[in-house]
Amino acid sequence: MIAWIRSLGRSGLGTLQVLGRSGTFVVQSLCGVPKLNKALPLLNQQLYAVGVLSLPIIIVSGLFIGMVLSLQGYTILVDYGSEQAVGQMLALSLVRELGPVVTALLFAGRAGSSLTAEIGLMKATEQITSLEMIGVDPLRYIIAPRLLAGFISLPMLTLIFNVVGIGGGYLVAVDWLGVYDGSFWSNMQNATDFKNDVMNGIIKSIAFAFTVSWIAVFQGYDLVPTSEGIGRATTKTVVYSSLAVLGLDFILTAVMFGDF
Amino acid sequence: MVREFWTAIAVGRAGLGGSGKSMTVEDNNIVTVRGLSFSRGDRVIFDNADFDIPRGKITSIMGPSGTGKTTLLRLITGQIKADKGTILVNGEEISKLNRKDLYRLRRKMGMLFQSGALFTDRTVYENVAFPLREHTDLPESMIRDLVLMKLHAVGLRGARDLMPSELSGGMTRRAALARTIVLDPEMVMYDEPFTGQDPIAMGVLVELIKLLNTALGLTSVVVSHDIHEAASISDKIYLISEGKVMGEGSPAQLREDSSPLVRQFMQGLPDGPVPFHYPAQDYRDDMLGGDA
Repeated sequence: MIAWIRSLGRSGLGTLQVLGRSGTFVVQSLCGVPKLNKALPLLNQQLYAVGVLSLPIIIVSGLFIGMVLSLQGYTILVDYGSEQAVGQMLALSLVRELGPVVTALLFAGRAGSSLTAEIGLMKATEQITSLEMIGVDPLRYIIAPRLLAGFISLPMLTLIFNVVGIGGGYLVAVDWLGVYDGSFWSNMQNATDFKNDVMNGIIKSIAFAFTVSWIAVFQGYDLVPTSEGIGRATTKTVVYSSLAVLGLDFILTAVMFGDF
Repeated sequence: MVREFWTAIAVGRAGLGGSGKSMTVEDNNIVTVRGLSFSRGDRVIFDNADFDIPRGKITSIMGPSGTGKTTLLRLITGQIKADKGTILVNGEEISKLNRKDLYRLRRKMGMLFQSGALFTDRTVYENVAFPLREHTDLPESMIRDLVLMKLHAVGLRGARDLMPSELSGGMTRRAALARTIVLDPEMVMYDEPFTGQDPIAMGVLVELIKLLNTALGLTSVVVSHDIHEAASISDKIYLISEGKVMGEGSPAQLREDSSPLVRQFMQGLPDGPVPFHYPAQDYRDDMLGGDA
C-alpha cells in the first residue's frame, strides 16, 4: 500500500515537473522571437510546411464532412417537412463544432506529428545542440517559428474547412436533393450569428491552435533522442492533442453556449 | 597545399597581432575544472575530478567507453550542470552565467560533433555561412569569401553546393569543421573525430586538427578512443575512468606510466582493471544451474 502511494506520488511529481517544464519552455520560446528581418523568412517557411501543406487534407475532409452532414440532415428533416432548414443545420454544426474540432484533430495528425518528428530528429542528430554551440538559441530559431506558424495556420485552416464544408453541403442539398437554394442560404443567414457562432468558433480554433502546437513542439523537444523515442513522442502528440482538443471543446462549449 | 594555406593564415594573424598577446600565469589555462562531481541517477560519472586545459595546446581526453568523456565536454560548454565543483572557461564560471552570457561565451568555443550535426535542409555552403549570418552583419560578398576560405582549408570548396546527405562520413566532419571554425573561436572541442573514418579520412582529420591549432592559435580538446592518432597530435592527455583522472601528462609520460589501467589502455590490452567480462555469476555455476 505504501509502495503504491509512493509510486502515485512519484508519478504525480513527474507530471507536475513535465507541466512546469513545458510552461517555461513555451514562455521562453515566445519571449525569444528573433528580429523581424530574421523571423519572417523562418515563419514563412513554417507557414508553408504547417499550413499550406495541410490544405489538401483539410479541403478534402471539409468537402466530405459537409456532404455527409447535408445528406444526414436532409434524411431526418424531410420526415418533418423541414428540409429547407438543412442550410441552417449545416452552418451551425460546422461553424460552432465540427469546423474547429475536426480541423484541429486533422492538424494534430498531419502537422503536429510532423513537427514532433522533425524536431525530434534534429535533436537525435545533434542539430539542436550544434545550434546551441554556435550561440543560437534553438527555442528562438527552431521552436518559436513553428509555434507561431501553428497559431496562425489552424484558425485559417478552420475557416477554409467551414467554407468548403458549406460548399459540399450545398452541392448535396441543392444540386442533388433538390432543396430550394433561396431557402438554403436565407435560413443559414438568419440562424447564424456572426458574434455568437462564427467568432466563438474562431476563438475555439485559436485555443486549439495554441494547445496542439504547444504539445507538438514540446514533445519533439523533450523526447529521448532515439528512434524509439521519436516514435513514442509522435504518438503522444497525436493522442494528447486529440484528447486535449476534445476536452477543451467541451469546456469552451459550456462557457460559450451553456445556458446556466 | 593545405599546410601552405594555413601557414599563410598564421603569418597573417601574427602580423595583425591576433595570437601574439603576452600570457600571464592565470592565462595559461583556458579551462580550469576543480572538484567536479556529476552523477546520472545512481551512476557516478565524475567524483571530485580536476582538469586543466592549457591555452594554445591540444589536450586529449581518453578513457574506456562510458566513462564520461563526452559528458565532460557538455559540462565545459554548459549544456549540462555539474552537481558540485567549479568549471572556469576563460575565467568565467559556467554555472553562474545566465542564458544570454552562456550563448555569448559559446561563440568563442566551437564543437565538432561525432555526427557532424550539419543542418540537413541546407547546402554545405549555407551550413558554413550560418554562424556568420547569425552573428555578424557582414555583406554577402565577404560572407562568401570567408566561407570559401574555410571550405578550401578543409578541402571542400568544390562541394559547396552539395547537401549533407550527399557527403561521405569524412566529408561531413570536414564540412562541420569548416562551420566550427568560421567564427574563429578560441577553443575547439572534437567529440570522437576519428570514429568510423577510413585511414585516409582519419589522416586528413589528424592533420587538420594539428594545422588549425597551430595556424589559428586555437586551443583544442579532443575526446577520442584512438590512442595512436590522439597521441600523435596531443600535447597533453587525460586518462579518465570510474569518475576519476587515472593518468595525466604528455603521451610519452603516459606510455611510461606503470599504473595497470593506464598500461591497459595505452597498450590496448583486452583484459585488466577494465575487465573483458561484464560482471556475472560464476561461469561454472551459471552453466550447471541452467533450465536445461
